[in-house]
Amino acid sequence: MCDTCGCNVTSGNEHLVRGHGKHAVTADGKLAVELLKNLLSENDHQAAHNRAHFDQHGVLAINLMSSPGAGKTALLEATIDVLKDEFRIGVIEGDLETENDAQRLRAKGVPAIQITTGSACHLDAHMVHDALHKLDLAPLDVLFIENVGNLVCPASFDLGHHYNVVLLSVTEGDDKPAKYPVMFRAADVMLITKTDLSPFIEEFDREQAKSNLRDLANRAPIYSISSKTGEGMQTWVDWLRERITTQRQRVAIGETARPRIQSDRAQSVEHGS
Amino acid sequence: MHELSICQGLIGQVERIALQHNARAVDKIVVHIGPLSGVEIPLLHQAYSLARAGTRAENAALVTEPQPIRVVCETCGAETTAKMNRLLCGICGEYRTRLVSGDEMILASVELNVDTSEMIQDVV
Repeated sequence: MCDTCGCNVTSGNEHLVRGHGKHAVTADGKLAVELLKNLLSENDHQAAHNRAHFDQHGVLAINLMSSPGAGKTALLEATIDVLKDEFRIGVIEGDLETENDAQRLRAKGVPAIQITTGSACHLDAHMVHDALHKLDLAPLDVLFIENVGNLVCPASFDLGHHYNVVLLSVTEGDDKPAKYPVMFRAADVMLITKTDLSPFIEEFDREQAKSNLRDLANRAPIYSISSKTGEGMQTWVDWLRERITTQRQRVAIGETARPRIQSDRAQSVEHGS
Repeated sequence: MHELSICQGLIGQVERIALQHNARAVDKIVVHIGPLSGVEIPLLHQAYSLARAGTRAENAALVTEPQPIRVVCETCGAETTAKMNRLLCGICGEYRTRLVSGDEMILASVELNVDTSEMIQDVV
């Protein structure tokens, strides 16, 4: 993938690009092959396949990432409550063990596939592809992929989704974007969650959290939300509605969207926001 | 943790390249790693020592070349170096910048131990 779109080619390495790679013989008689392939090109290839699959069925795929316990599953429950009569929703859940989260979402009346990763700290495109075999995409409008709770590893793996939503709960502290820049740089939306606890957590400064995100050159919208009280849900749900609509429009004209992080240096990638 | 997954991907690619060139073994693997790739270089080396066992790259040296973080400013156009959690323009301080280097995890080149006659054929 990256051999064709050029997204790996930077001013620092473009001198290495010689058509399809340069071969040379070193002084001690070895064959040196110059490449420029992303280390995750197999994952990226599978991700592109997944994305094509989502687009084919007109499904918007959202990757939810956060630390464990930031409220991803609670956000999904609250979101399903608001949108279940309007859109057909499906969920893929990633955890190291248990079916707990999938069961919580099935109780809301939506199909939910649980991926248990064993010891793996992230989902990858192959795991999502396997889960898709158990999920009928045809009747869905939107698929949420709840990644393994982890602010490090999931950021490096494209799953074939269209947008990254990163949650930051007020109990975690406003400096999380500064501490975990790789994750927060990837956010297409940052949700500040558990705002019902704000009166008890004076230390959390929303403006500081925003400033820390902007320091990562990330201009993503930031919404404050409480899945428990419903405060702020409307803005988040409006964002989702708009993305579902634009996904349908994109699919109709044969285009796709990729998360901000993956489209950063790609040359001709449409992006919805 | 995810460095092991990444290393397995790397070894898979290198094995395929070695096979394409009928190489007996892989002698050297060069990768470019930017700080914003999410890959920690020491962890990559640790994972590599596990992932390479029993493959054509079993005795290959892994060379990691760190890449600088550089951003281009959308407002003033300057290209400057930046820090991992401060990707602002170094000249005007603007946050509307585009990363041009620093998030790479790229297999840059490999050195293969091949039969000379096959090698010449391949280069031609």
